[in-house]
Amino acid sequence: MLAVYSNPRWLSVVRAAVERLTETLGFPAMQCRSITRAVDEALTNIVRHCYGNRLDQPIALYFRSAKRCQQGEIESGLEILLCDRGRAFNLNTLLGRPLEQIRPGGLGLHWIRQAMDTVEFTRKGLTNQLRLVKYFARTSIAP
Amino acid sequence: MQISARRHDKTTIFDVSGDIDFANSPEVRQAVLCEIRESRMARVIVNLRQVRYIDSSGVASLIEGLKASRDLGSRFILIGLSTSAREVLQLSRLIKVFEIYDNEEQALAA
Repeated sequence: MLAVYSNPRWLSVVRAAVERLTETLGFPAMQCRSITRAVDEALTNIVRHCYGNRLDQPIALYFRSAKRCQQGEIESGLEILLCDRGRAFNLNTLLGRPLEQIRPGGLGLHWIRQAMDTVEFTRKGLTNQLRLVKYFARTSIAP
Repeated sequence: MQISARRHDKTTIFDVSGDIDFANSPEVRQAVLCEIRESRMARVIVNLRQVRYIDSSGVASLIEGLKASRDLGSRFILIGLSTSAREVLQLSRLIKVFEIYDNEEQALAA
């Protein structure tokens, strides 16, 4: 678990931690970069939209293993839960801008969705929870 | 993150180093836009060789630089893209929107 404040100077600290974690878990280099990018963009969204750029608000990140069974095969992966107590900011309903439009803004959501297998937002009481999951390549179940 | 500017002929070259993220992209944006609008150089080159990471706000700053350059009839060129920087431009379908060269010599000769 990582607990940080909503000050953007923490972004580089979290990126370094996520990059090392994904490397240690054995994700390919490209996925290490894309997962790190997704977490960074999600954190930035929390700072900007949930906390309105206030610098002293709490953000917690939880990391745990994830498993799912699909078509008889077990997939394991990494689940990252980002929790904040700011305004509700529902990523599920946001689209990001069309990539055909060349203008600033709206790219972060695309990067998050492109990087992760699961992107789920829930609001529990006063807490926003963003659940990001990335699975490894499949391994067959032994008969 | 550090950003510095130097001038060569009718070109401004920005050397950027470190990560460009939400904490410092406004600084990049301001430096680049001020130079484009005030110096009116024919070419602005942003050297990203020492930039290991760039987030969506950093890319947005580069898009603003590109648009401001186009408005004033100047060229906006990126050089020295890291693997990560190249990836985000590809993901965002911007890789062919920017004028990109491997190094300064190529950009100045183009």
